[in-house]
Amino acid sequence: MKKAFWLAGAVAVALAQLATAADSIKIGFVSTFSGPTAVIGNDMRNSFELALDHLGRKMDGKPVEVIYEDDQQKPDIGKQKTEKLVQSDKVDFIVGYIWSNVLLASLKTAVDSKTFLISANAGPSQLAGELCSPYVFSTSWQNDQTPAAMGLYMNQKGVKSVFLIGPNYAAGKDMLAGVKSTFKGKVVGEEYTVWPSQLDFSAELTKARNSGAESIFVFYPGAAGVQFLNQYAQAGIKQQIPLYTAFTVDELSLPLQKDNAIGIPGAQEWVNDLPNEQNKAFVADYRKKYPGLRPTYYGAQAYDAAQLINSAVVAVKGDLAKKDAMKAEMEKADFKSLRGPFKYGNNHIPIQNFYLQDVVKDADGQLSLKTVATIVKDNQDQFHDKCPMK
Amino acid sequence: MYLVVEQLLNGLQFGLLLFLLAAGLTLVFGIMDFVNLAHGSLYMMGAYFAATFVAWTGSFVLGALLALGATLLLGIVLEYVALRHLYGRDHLDQVLATFGLILFFNDAVRLIWGPAGLALPLPPWLTVPVQIIPGVYYPAYRLLIITVALVVAALLYLVVMRTRVGMLIRAGASNREMIGALGINIKLLFTLVFGLGAALAGLAGLMQAPILTVQIGMGENILILAFVIIVIGGIGSIRGAFLAALFVGIIDTMGRAFLPDLLRKVLSGAAASTAAPAISSMLIYLLMAIVLVVRPEGLFPAAKR
Repeated sequence: MKKAFWLAGAVAVALAQLATAADSIKIGFVSTFSGPTAVIGNDMRNSFELALDHLGRKMDGKPVEVIYEDDQQKPDIGKQKTEKLVQSDKVDFIVGYIWSNVLLASLKTAVDSKTFLISANAGPSQLAGELCSPYVFSTSWQNDQTPAAMGLYMNQKGVKSVFLIGPNYAAGKDMLAGVKSTFKGKVVGEEYTVWPSQLDFSAELTKARNSGAESIFVFYPGAAGVQFLNQYAQAGIKQQIPLYTAFTVDELSLPLQKDNAIGIPGAQEWVNDLPNEQNKAFVADYRKKYPGLRPTYYGAQAYDAAQLINSAVVAVKGDLAKKDAMKAEMEKADFKSLRGPFKYGNNHIPIQNFYLQDVVKDADGQLSLKTVATIVKDNQDQFHDKCPMK
Repeated sequence: MYLVVEQLLNGLQFGLLLFLLAAGLTLVFGIMDFVNLAHGSLYMMGAYFAATFVAWTGSFVLGALLALGATLLLGIVLEYVALRHLYGRDHLDQVLATFGLILFFNDAVRLIWGPAGLALPLPPWLTVPVQIIPGVYYPAYRLLIITVALVVAALLYLVVMRTRVGMLIRAGASNREMIGALGINIKLLFTLVFGLGAALAGLAGLMQAPILTVQIGMGENILILAFVIIVIGGIGSIRGAFLAALFVGIIDTMGRAFLPDLLRKVLSGAAASTAAPAISSMLIYLLMAIVLVVRPEGLFPAAKR
């Protein structure tokens, strides 16, 4: 009798769990929440939470459950966390991924299980080309696009030669290749540094100065960007050789870079002052919800990821088994993106504008980023031909 | 030619900074036979103290001096409260306990200063490049690091080789039991040595802070290099640590500076630029392996046990 009672109880609990599983939208979120780059992961989480607030924390009337996992900026850990989310949590969507090498390690797990993966930052060239998948979407860019825009801007400025410096990992190589794809001048030198452990760039800066290059281009996301600008300024090279960047100056690094960042141009698909309504609401609500913090492009992309998922869930009226219909809906990019409207290419990478951003003092006397010009409109990545999807 | 001079200076500066970190580690390891993984945390605390005190006093020099004192004090308190109880244990226990301290310090910093890290801006007189020989400019601040580290190394040499305390320290490195048996207050000596080691780590941290950012976990990567240095130099030997730190600093920098160009002569451009950083970061471990094969005790073994 007693045994039967316990059994009934266990069955009831199991059924109840099954019921809630079917009744909520489960999203796994893989990003970096520990170590020096945790500030980036936190910003993505903040923005994702804000997006859920804006959606009433429901998608098509169903409550949303998010499981955040820390990849520690390591590909092997990222893969483990992705496996956990797919196999034991059985999430409906996986979002996040700051780092290209972490995403590349985790990709197969998600794709093989036909779980939708939305990259809210990383955009390795392989993802846009041969590794593209019906189940993978990006709300960011392909890595080469942003530096390629910077290369175009350098052509406009009439820069004749450049010295390239970047970290030795998947994204670093894409970024330097991106500049080279559009820059018409001469590439005098190209240096890769050990990532993420090398923080002293004295040897590379010395080489850049002695190379006689007219300009320097770097890609250093997170704290490395702070360190690079510190050392660039301290070596007095700031007065001698102008610096062009991609993903090196943002709202997280700016409070630490301070005046070192003034006059350093960057290219970006999203800037906090883009004039569309949803972006104004996003920036204002973010600053209200997280006092003292400012949103970054990482966050804006995570926000867009939530909206993209919502558009798919609403389109199939919450029936998440209809994967083809969800894919078709997401391909339309039919949601209010913070960067303004964009289209998806055949490889599910946005075809979008890139802006020139500059550092200025805003109304509060604080350093902030400002859109100066549109460098390129409706830019599509150069790897979409290699993607077999039509 | 100028390029080589400048890169040598870069290597020298990096090596001297590593020496400050390794000196404390080798003293503590060699004399107290204590493995302190939390040495990197003291380096981090030095940087955080400096960023805080410099912002508070508005003076770089004053803030740095206060930070130095604070790290010294922290080291002494840490030794007195926690580490003193671990001396009799084996190395594995010490590793475990001091690893716990790393986690403790990282989270304490997160609680006090927040996760975002701090900036330690330099005063304007240190941000100008200085002409050292005609045609070669070098950042003033890096020259300051070289000067300060050389002065500290000289002072350390004088203290260890020429004073009574230094004699005790050397004696402790050679035979701990014996100086205890001779009636020396070994507890006090240990506290002193640990405090000195902490202050040196703090000095390294606060001097590195304006070049790098002040952030959680900043001491962990560099600690590995410090351990490599004390193994190469011989555990417990200040002279060994000094030379090994210079070797490591110069080999690392020269490898990064010239290996890519050398490799490009043999390999294709893309392969060379990818392989070069990987190989150059391996060079110092290669050096350690060679030293371990040829002289397993290190270049200047302090103790013959």
